[in-house]
Amino acid sequence: MSILIAILVLGIMASLFGAILGYASVHFKVEGDPLAEQLDALLPQTQCGQCGYPGCKPYAEAVANGEAINKCAPGGEDTIKKIAELMGVEIQPLDENHEADNSPKVAFIIEEDCIGCTKCIQACPVDAIIGATKQMHTIIIDECTGCDLCVAPCPVDCIEMVAITQTTQNWQWDLNNIPVVQID
Amino acid sequence: MESIIERIERGHFWNFHGGVHPPEQKFLTCDKPIRQLPLPEQLTIPVQQNIGQAGELLVKTGDYVLKGQALTQAKHPMAVPVHAPTSGTITDIKNTLIAHPSGLSELCIILTPDNEDKWKKRQIHSNYQQLSKHDIIEKIADSGIAGMGGAGFPSHIKVSTTEKINYLIINAAECEPYITADDLLMKEQCAAIVDGIKILAQILVPDFILIGIEDNKSQAIKALQHATQSLDKFKVCVLPTKYPTGGEKQLIMSLTGQEVPAGVLPSALGIVMHNIATCFAIADAVINDIPLIKRVVTVTGQALAKPQNVWALLGTPVEFLLKQCAYQAPDKQHIIMGGPMMGFSLSSNKVPIVKISNCILAPSEKEISFTSSKEVECIRCGQCAEVCPSQLLPQELQWSAKAKDQQQLNKLNLFDCIECGACSYVCPSHIPLVHYYRIAKAEIRQQNLLDIKAEKAKERFEARKSRLEREKIAREEKHKKAAEARKARMNAGTPAANKEKSAVAAALARVKAKKALTKENNSENTSTDEKLVEQNISVEQTEKKSQVAAAIARAKAKKLAAKASSNNIEKVVSDTDSPVETTPKDDKKAKVAAAIAKAKAKKRATESTSVKAKIESHNNKSIEDEKEHASSEQKTAPNDVKDSVQVNDKKAKIAAAVAKAKARKSAKASIKAPTNDDTDNIEHSPVNRVIDLKRDEDNSPLLDKKARISAAVAKAKAKKQQAESK
Repeated sequence: MSILIAILVLGIMASLFGAILGYASVHFKVEGDPLAEQLDALLPQTQCGQCGYPGCKPYAEAVANGEAINKCAPGGEDTIKKIAELMGVEIQPLDENHEADNSPKVAFIIEEDCIGCTKCIQACPVDAIIGATKQMHTIIIDECTGCDLCVAPCPVDCIEMVAITQTTQNWQWDLNNIPVVQID
Repeated sequence: MESIIERIERGHFWNFHGGVHPPEQKFLTCDKPIRQLPLPEQLTIPVQQNIGQAGELLVKTGDYVLKGQALTQAKHPMAVPVHAPTSGTITDIKNTLIAHPSGLSELCIILTPDNEDKWKKRQIHSNYQQLSKHDIIEKIADSGIAGMGGAGFPSHIKVSTTEKINYLIINAAECEPYITADDLLMKEQCAAIVDGIKILAQILVPDFILIGIEDNKSQAIKALQHATQSLDKFKVCVLPTKYPTGGEKQLIMSLTGQEVPAGVLPSALGIVMHNIATCFAIADAVINDIPLIKRVVTVTGQALAKPQNVWALLGTPVEFLLKQCAYQAPDKQHIIMGGPMMGFSLSSNKVPIVKISNCILAPSEKEISFTSSKEVECIRCGQCAEVCPSQLLPQELQWSAKAKDQQQLNKLNLFDCIECGACSYVCPSHIPLVHYYRIAKAEIRQQNLLDIKAEKAKERFEARKSRLEREKIAREEKHKKAAEARKARMNAGTPAANKEKSAVAAALARVKAKKALTKENNSENTSTDEKLVEQNISVEQTEKKSQVAAAIARAKAKKLAAKASSNNIEKVVSDTDSPVETTPKDDKKAKVAAAIAKAKAKKRATESTSVKAKIESHNNKSIEDEKEHASSEQKTAPNDVKDSVQVNDKKAKIAAAVAKAKARKSAKASIKAPTNDDTDNIEHSPVNRVIDLKRDEDNSPLLDKKARISAAVAKAKAKKQQAESK
């Protein structure tokens, strides 16, 4: 008899807790950040396509599905490190096929050479070029990600990549590099 | 519990955590009066001298300005204007080295004084009590006053707070071991300072006004107590000397016992703090209508024979001040702007004095050595944590900063560090801790900026993608609608519709018949296979032939292009000399030759295209065959054929386009006009477009534009050829 009671009590308790847990799992479900989203947040969003994917998000999705983590050239070592940390994999050196130079740049249109063909406008992934057919084009520097994609389509080679000039706003302390001038 | 005021009245204050007692060096300058200096030969006025934004320029090179005239205009609330410190001429506006640890240049206005010191028209308000709050705030903003204690925060923002203010704290602590600028100002200009404080009190209406001053300035304390003894709200609070009492949060802690939380402005606690020098500047601005054009600077250090406090006009080169104070330049010069604890080394002593420069320190090698102290490993003694006035963990911060662990740095509250330098001062291993923090802070700020930019880029990318998607759908919709409209028209039953319908039916029947025919042909499978192979070979041959022809045409075109461009260059050169064309003869000759060669090239190109067309039609047929009888062998063969034909087709098209463009050009040279049969193919070629452009502007006298365009054309051609050769 006592065994029966024990089984009954335990059974009731088990089903009760089961019901509570089941309810909680449905109603308090936490929408976890999917891996691709998290990876996308780590990428530099230049949308340059150097990784072989048409933008940062597709690459993030590919990495989530097992693509190599070392294909983001603009992100460089830092991004690879972060992705490796997130994915729990070994840090790899940047893929050799990619340019190692990831210093910040922006595109610049030599305006007197521009013929107004709109090809760069179509190539720009972030709509950072303004202009119209047979009108001079120009680049909105603040929106340019420095992805390089507008350089190749230009039929007259009037787009060049220029390094972002250093100002006191974006200056980084570098103790070994402070130019102390000796005055005579 | 006794109230804060009761405690203050009894002279009991709170104590902030940590702090150090560096050796006092104020005796170098504290008993000499503030010296008036002659005008320097040139003043360099940086456009931005405050935290926030720079104002917009109001003057241009060559303008004559009066003393006190505004040189910039503040369009942004966080911007502060700058004024002409004396009358003279603006000789230049350019990027010049400024007082910043980076040694970078910023936009500066160069003013050459005329030595007349002529004032602009001023409005003196001796009874400022009648001015409205709004007027006073506007006056402060227009006078370009920014916190003169070192941060350079725009003062008008601080005074226009809407919070209820309990305590207006005046910072007269001046805790840096060398600086005596505020001390001297209090001794000499006490009445004006009290006026300035009264003006602030008029705007902020505080319950009490606390003047925080360290006990090492006995004369200044006496002067202040004397000037405020009849005023109820004023309390002169004499604090024990300890570095960094003058820090905003530290002074608030010392006087009121309240700790300002991270990321919260003191005004949220009902406290506003102003520096004593700022109070003087406010009094000068509101009462005498003198904008902020000069300040007291302590020029000190043992490398100077006559260290002294001076009234320096903003924009005075540091060099000039050093010379005035008899600087004996040692072999290794090292000038520090700011105090020894928080200042930074100047990259050049030509940089100008700005609103926040309170001290120029020229130490001797013995005083502050820049070579001997070499950093060694941290021994974890923990002294840095003991002296940190912000109660941070300096050594932990140092390790994280070296490891660039930004998350950990944020967790350790790096941004609460006031960079006072107390930790570096006590470090037995000579680790320049503050430098590491500064580097880390700059990196984190940069990272945040990049994150914002990345977010923006992402948004724009997504927006573009969705826009393209939308356009595609709209296009498809349009096509669908058009097709439906056509169908409806055909089914309308009118004779025209019937005619159209029958035409379509006939076309369909033709296609069917053709299919049936090829079906029959393909019943003998092996023979067609052979045929296809043969076809393939022949296609390859013709392709090669046409390629060769195209290459020859290209080479010729290139040669001519080179000639043409050289001619153009000549033309440009001659144009600059005389506006009349001087080389029409050569030009014409070249053009004739070009036209002939181009005509040839074109002929060849059209030949190759016709070959290609033939192949293509043949090929299309075979592809259709293949669709019906899918055999893997067949599949590969015709596809190959198609690919190669497509490539060839493109090349021939480009060659044709180039040749045609040239032909057109030559037509203009009045030789003969070859017909353009397949203009559609080259409609989108930029070369063609440029030629159009060129034709449009042919009659215009802007010859250099023409030359530019032709240069662009030549460039485009070169590029295309490069692409082709790839």
